[in-house]
Amino acid sequence: MSCTYAVIAEMRGNQLRQVTFEALDAVQQMASSDDRIIVLAIGYGLQEAVLSLSIPGIAHVYCAEDERYKYYDSEAYFSALRAFVEQESPEVVLFGHTAMGRDLAPMLAAHLRTGQISDVISISQDTDGFAFRRPVYAGKAFETRRFTTQSNPWIITIRPNNFPAFTPENGTLPTHATVSSPAVVALPAPAPSLRTVVRDVVTKMSGSIDLAEAKIIVSGGRGVKSAGGFKPLEQLALVLNGAVGASRGACDAGYCDYALQIGQTGKVVTPEIYFACGISGAIQHLAGMSQSRVIIAINIDPEAPIFQVADYGIVGDLFEVVPLLTTEFRKMLV
Amino acid sequence: MSIFVLIKQTFDTEEKVVLTDGVLSEDGVKWVINPYDEYALEEAMRWKEAHGGTVTVLTAGPERSQEALRTALAMGADDAIHIVPPEGRGTSDDEYIVSSWIASILQEQQPDIIFGGHFSVDQGSAQVAVRVATLLNMPHVSAITGLERTGDSLVQVQRDAEGNAELLDVSLPALFTAQQGLNEPRYPSLPGIMKAKRKPIRVVSAAELSQEAALEPRTERLALEPPPPRQAGRMIAGDAAAQVQELIRLLHEEAKCL
Repeated sequence: MSCTYAVIAEMRGNQLRQVTFEALDAVQQMASSDDRIIVLAIGYGLQEAVLSLSIPGIAHVYCAEDERYKYYDSEAYFSALRAFVEQESPEVVLFGHTAMGRDLAPMLAAHLRTGQISDVISISQDTDGFAFRRPVYAGKAFETRRFTTQSNPWIITIRPNNFPAFTPENGTLPTHATVSSPAVVALPAPAPSLRTVVRDVVTKMSGSIDLAEAKIIVSGGRGVKSAGGFKPLEQLALVLNGAVGASRGACDAGYCDYALQIGQTGKVVTPEIYFACGISGAIQHLAGMSQSRVIIAINIDPEAPIFQVADYGIVGDLFEVVPLLTTEFRKMLV
Repeated sequence: MSIFVLIKQTFDTEEKVVLTDGVLSEDGVKWVINPYDEYALEEAMRWKEAHGGTVTVLTAGPERSQEALRTALAMGADDAIHIVPPEGRGTSDDEYIVSSWIASILQEQQPDIIFGGHFSVDQGSAQVAVRVATLLNMPHVSAITGLERTGDSLVQVQRDAEGNAELLDVSLPALFTAQQGLNEPRYPSLPGIMKAKRKPIRVVSAAELSQEAALEPRTERLALEPPPPRQAGRMIAGDAAAQVQELIRLLHEEAKCL
């Protein structure tokens, strides 16, 4: 039986977030040639997004475009999503496990009285069908879940940075032979409920990269000693096009905003390179970052537990080592 | 004002996770109120102190969950409801079922404002509170870092949206999930602890909840495994300049990630 897979795209500014292409990779892993792959984009100013979705195998790109969708609002976005799902009746709906996906997916799941598997990092298949792997206890353990026969549609949120981003250059969708390029369809914007109204959006830390999607993270702990102590970390992150993170110790001490916290409380991250600067390595912090590909620890204390999980350890003063790293990387990258 | 707080009892975040044959060992584990639910509870208490009302805490979970309710009562909550899942596994980790139980209780209670945590630090699916709001046909805002009452049934909240801060007006009744940074939760006071011992906990068997006779799980766990082990790597010796040179060489040649 043929299935409809719906990817709910996510915008950042005028472009699609990378996690949208990672969700397409998840679809590529699951779909077969007689299935149907569709995408819903909600936002204001979707032209570039639509262009980047001209991928053989995507049957339709649905656009819910309205000035009201400039900023995410659960009520407004959900009404667009609901109209789309009622019209298309997909069997599988995929979101990024992002601020938007974490919010919209359970609304849809509750509305349809169906199951959702959150924060999926990989998909496997056996004779019983698909199974989904996800971290629990913030990565202190991993569970494999599946949908029961009671679930229709399946709702899945995928964790950013864990599936490769799909591009027509590195892969083909199983449906590519039947559709060479997607038809673009405009969806009407339902009237707003006005139960919630977005008043203002303040962009913190201009030009910064979201922690969940960052390929490189430079994190600081109590060892940075003050809010000003984050400066050298920010400079290193800037040179490497990465993001700045923090341990709970640094947040509790008031050196930085809780939005930067990585750990079991806070964010769980899986970058390519994780610099832990002046972080001792409490269990609750390790839970949030130990699945990073390469971990580099810089700490004055050779006994710090962070060295037990680090690929490369430097015993030294972060205020000496980090600026040197920034200088060296800057030389390399010009 | 009828104020509700959804809480879950979880492992303390400093606990190691020990698996025995794919089952989580609960031996000697320290249990706490899910840290995000503590922020929710604190915000509910502050609302009550500023505007009046009663705070009811609600949880669904095994017998031991009552300790979390007691702690919440000691922090100042007025009432507590404990939903006891049916025997056997596979229901209390299904977000569809748990949210259906909670919604069916809240439907009869007519809350004005509901607080929950942004997610639980154990299962971490961030579904139950948002599902409950949707089942109650109530607006919600997730991951709030600030809340202010701006009218009789109007609040303004600040939401953490991955680096951006959004400011929203919301009309009550509504549900909010608490993000870290919302407030600094209080500790239970000694008189609070004494008083909490005498406060009744309403125990509701999930089977009694009038709704779709048999709730069937929508998802199920097949396996639970420890993370792939990570070995301590190498320490880089020398002075700072030499360490930095060597690190960059290793990132290039060995880790091949630059």
